[in-house]
Amino acid sequence: MSESGGDRYMLEMQGVGKWFGNFCALYDIDLQVRSGEKVVVCGPSGSGKSTMIRCVNRLEEHQAGHIFVDGTELTDDTKNIELIRREVGMVFQHFNLFPHLSVRRNLTLGPIRNLNLSKNEADERAMQYLERVRIAEQADKFPSQLSGGQQQRVAIARALCMQPKLMLFDEPTSALDPEMISGVLEVMVELAQDGMTMVCVTHEMGFARQVADRMVFMDSGEIVEVAPPDRFFSDPETERTKLFLSQILSH
Amino acid sequence: MTVDRSPPPAERRRPIQKLDVGVITLVILLFAYVVYRVDYVLVYDWDWEPVLNFIVTTDPETGSWMVNLLVEGLMMTLRLAFWGTIVAAVIGLLMGLCRVSGDLFLRMMSRLYVELIRNTPPLVFIFVFYFFISSQIMPLLGVEEFAREASPTTQKVIGLFFSPIGLFGNFLAGVICLAMFEGAYITEIVRAGIQSIDKGQWEGARAIGLSRFNVMRDVILPQAIRKILPPLAGQFITLVKDSAIVALISVQELTFSGIEVAATTTRVFETWIVVGAMYFVVCYVFAVLFRRWETSMPQDRR
Repeated sequence: MSESGGDRYMLEMQGVGKWFGNFCALYDIDLQVRSGEKVVVCGPSGSGKSTMIRCVNRLEEHQAGHIFVDGTELTDDTKNIELIRREVGMVFQHFNLFPHLSVRRNLTLGPIRNLNLSKNEADERAMQYLERVRIAEQADKFPSQLSGGQQQRVAIARALCMQPKLMLFDEPTSALDPEMISGVLEVMVELAQDGMTMVCVTHEMGFARQVADRMVFMDSGEIVEVAPPDRFFSDPETERTKLFLSQILSH
Repeated sequence: MTVDRSPPPAERRRPIQKLDVGVITLVILLFAYVVYRVDYVLVYDWDWEPVLNFIVTTDPETGSWMVNLLVEGLMMTLRLAFWGTIVAAVIGLLMGLCRVSGDLFLRMMSRLYVELIRNTPPLVFIFVFYFFISSQIMPLLGVEEFAREASPTTQKVIGLFFSPIGLFGNFLAGVICLAMFEGAYITEIVRAGIQSIDKGQWEGARAIGLSRFNVMRDVILPQAIRKILPPLAGQFITLVKDSAIVALISVQELTFSGIEVAATTTRVFETWIVVGAMYFVVCYVFAVLFRRWETSMPQDRR
């Protein structure tokens, strides 16, 4: 689907490998994501899902293969890494908001430091994205004064303030209380509908069905299966995928 | 029916037990024994008057009260501790940043500094370092000349905030020695503070493209400093006590004054009890103040 994105991939991983000591966390990962495409990554814990997307913005260093973000290869060069990080937004499982800064300052820090926006421009942009995640009235509070769901929406807004071309989500709802999850997912669905390129590691299969263009199933550091969601859920190809789906969908 | 929501009765305090009484009695007996030994066996003739005269005395001409050697020494000790802590904090901050730097050379340099100082006696360090500073650094900076040729106002300011003008070079040497020494401990406090910040903070900051320098300045250090302040205050108190060693390089602080007073009055026992009491009062007051300040600080917002 999505032929409109052109031939250039927003994200391309070629034969990516990563080891922690002797433990092979990622092996020969090939993945292409077109502009505007939404990819949901799932798999059992320890299968390398997080490690894979953390390699994309160099929170982890890949040791084999190549990673291209919007046509630029990710190399050891510090400037290059910082440039790519500006293009790639990331949302973490534990939010990683800055507790000593107000919500507004959490959002404006990146744009002021890296996009050379003035304080006013950055403030304006911050309010715009806070409204988008429906939390504008909390701008002057500190992160600890918000609920988990609100904090995660602030974290999404913080990433959006850099106006990234690609958004990575690392289990964004896993640390939330059940009643907080839907608010965060709603924001993510809207983001998807607005055409953001997204790679989400999540166990929210309802969300996956709703927005994913492709499902990626990983196990033991490898990509086992890639399929559109309807086929992925109704007729998975491999035994491992079947087993995994039966485990998470049984209740 | 209304539900009773009053809190449960407060737990009763533990009553004094036989063992407590025994221990307290023993301590009192021991104290009484020491007093007995000093008074009746040593037959020590207490005479506090000459020593106390070195705290405050009356001006022989005008008859008004004036502070004497010991109080001047104490003021000098406080000035030493104040400036020493500031310089040590700067050294500690820089070296602490080096300790967690990505650069191997900086890490090794700061490690060497910390280990050298932590593993030599302070006295030895002061001797070695003082002769280096006073014979090499001070002439290089032209401190003595500067002090001598400064305008009367400048001299007055130096006299008030640092030391009498003639001893300025000596005072600076003392401050630098103490700061180099305490800086090593503050380095470790800073390092521990930085490393106590959750890894997620680094990741969150780097993910929005902040450079290593900006992550440190905007995200890590502001949080680390909040954690560092209480141990830093404690280090100030340590520095008040440690400043006694610069008496050896003739900085005229409290201990130095103590040596002079003991020699002049020959009341060794009384002099050092008074000097000790002065250190205790100052350090204890600071400890209490810092503890209050610490508890009144806003709790970590996390």
